[in-house]
Amino acid sequence: MTALVIAEHDNASLKGATLNTVAAAAQCGGDVHVLIAGHNAGPAAAAAAQIAGVAKVIHADAEYLAHGLAENMAAQVLAIASNYSHILFPATASGKNIAPRVAAQLDVGQISDITKVIAADTFERPIYAGNAIATVQSTDATKVITVRTTGFDPAAATGGSAAVETQAAQADSGKSTFLGSEIAKSDRPELTAAKIIVSGGRALGSAEKFNEVMTPLADKLGAALGASRAAVDAGYAPNDWQVGQTGKIVAPQLYVACGISGAIQHLAGMKDSKVIVAINKDPEAPIFSVADYGLEADLFTAVPELIKAL
Amino acid sequence: MKVIVPVKRVVDYNVKVRVKADQSGMDLANVKMSMNPFDEIAVEEAVHLKEKGVVTEVIAVSCGVTQCQETLRTAMAIGADHAILVETTEELQPLAVAKLLKALMDKEQPGLVILGKQAIDDDCNQTGQMLAALADLPQGTFASKVEVVDGKVKVTREVDGGLETLSLTLPAIVTTDLRLNEPRYVTLPNIMKAKKKTLDIVKPEDLGVDVSPRLKTLKVSEPPKRGAGIKVADVAALVDKLKNEAKVI
Repeated sequence: MTALVIAEHDNASLKGATLNTVAAAAQCGGDVHVLIAGHNAGPAAAAAAQIAGVAKVIHADAEYLAHGLAENMAAQVLAIASNYSHILFPATASGKNIAPRVAAQLDVGQISDITKVIAADTFERPIYAGNAIATVQSTDATKVITVRTTGFDPAAATGGSAAVETQAAQADSGKSTFLGSEIAKSDRPELTAAKIIVSGGRALGSAEKFNEVMTPLADKLGAALGASRAAVDAGYAPNDWQVGQTGKIVAPQLYVACGISGAIQHLAGMKDSKVIVAINKDPEAPIFSVADYGLEADLFTAVPELIKAL
Repeated sequence: MKVIVPVKRVVDYNVKVRVKADQSGMDLANVKMSMNPFDEIAVEEAVHLKEKGVVTEVIAVSCGVTQCQETLRTAMAIGADHAILVETTEELQPLAVAKLLKALMDKEQPGLVILGKQAIDDDCNQTGQMLAALADLPQGTFASKVEVVDGKVKVTREVDGGLETLSLTLPAIVTTDLRLNEPRYVTLPNIMKAKKKTLDIVKPEDLGVDVSPRLKTLKVSEPPKRGAGIKVADVAALVDKLKNEAKVI
């Protein structure tokens, strides 16, 4: 029984989500191998070899693997899939894109967003926006899984010494091409990995106010910035800041929700945070039902006061 | 070009669902059901492409119980031309649905299939990708912009950190993200017109698809409850609590 982890990386370095996925893979029992498919991804493969608990790194390199296109990535995984009992992806935009493609080609069901490994074939996963936890057992020979990263502590990034083996790249599918990307640059900690997150909602009123009120608070706390869907749809904050069922799932030490009412879909993305603080002027806002500390106040006066007090 | 839009009947997104006392599943008796919100966006996009003259025919498809007909009528009220229900009382998992859709694709030969990125009940986010794999077609998942030009479809996708744009050869599979469009409201005259459109019913056996589930749900339980919090009087009290009680700053 061996588990294969499909690493998420930007060719130069590994993404943090890979470490959580390795931890989940180790719990499935047996050896853990990591696949690095990319272009000029030598540094990422070297980093993967350092992860504690990884027995082997498989490195496939080709120009058309550079951007992680699902068609090419799935073919790369399928070429070695028969060697593995478990194939695990982080439940990120990239993992969710590729994993079902691999599962369908293997003719097996896929298990999404697992938060716990109970046995090698039995897992826990949230359903209905996190309002219920399903315990599911797979009857398939190969388990294709995506891992909710906040459900598992990351494996240590150092201490391992796995051998790196080269795998021949599969042919380019030719069905899709990468045209370009607009990746927002940020000096802040990554939203899904941040220890502290300050998040704003519709009450901010405009992109300028969002920036003016929330950014200094994030700076003061060394926090990542998040937003509710309402704030994103209104254009106050970029899409990739959205926390919730359909955005990012986060579980920081401290989550500060400012002007967010607390719809079911938002709570699904943050209710596993260790400490939740809500600042809202509506005493009836549902966010107060999950907040450890609630402050009933106008955020335009409370947030600047908070910055001063810190 | 023909477009197929699969739609799912799910618990309305505003409903707070409860776990059954015997932990066998969710209590869905007498709960309001609606079209999955992402599927509404998919129907809207298909109809929008038809209005632009890119698409000639929009077929809405749903798999499940008899009541899914209501969901298909809604899709036709938005603008789908006709509908197909794959009727079964079996529990359908994404792989089974993808196989049913693949069988319908073989019959209808669409240029594009537009699905929602995930259903808000099982939260799987799998069916579109699985269909793309089974049909051996390219996929554009989590789309926030779709343009059909010169036999290709240009898809802007929402990814972690921002956006990326891909070009896919047609036929292709696209799954919708929230920001692709704003679905229109259905009007009463269109609801009436939708009643006259054709709705075909087929069975999984007719399509030669085995729909038996691959995942067994052993139990469904309530998530752990958070302890009751407290309300603080002012900012000073809040900072004090965070520093000395929770010790998170």
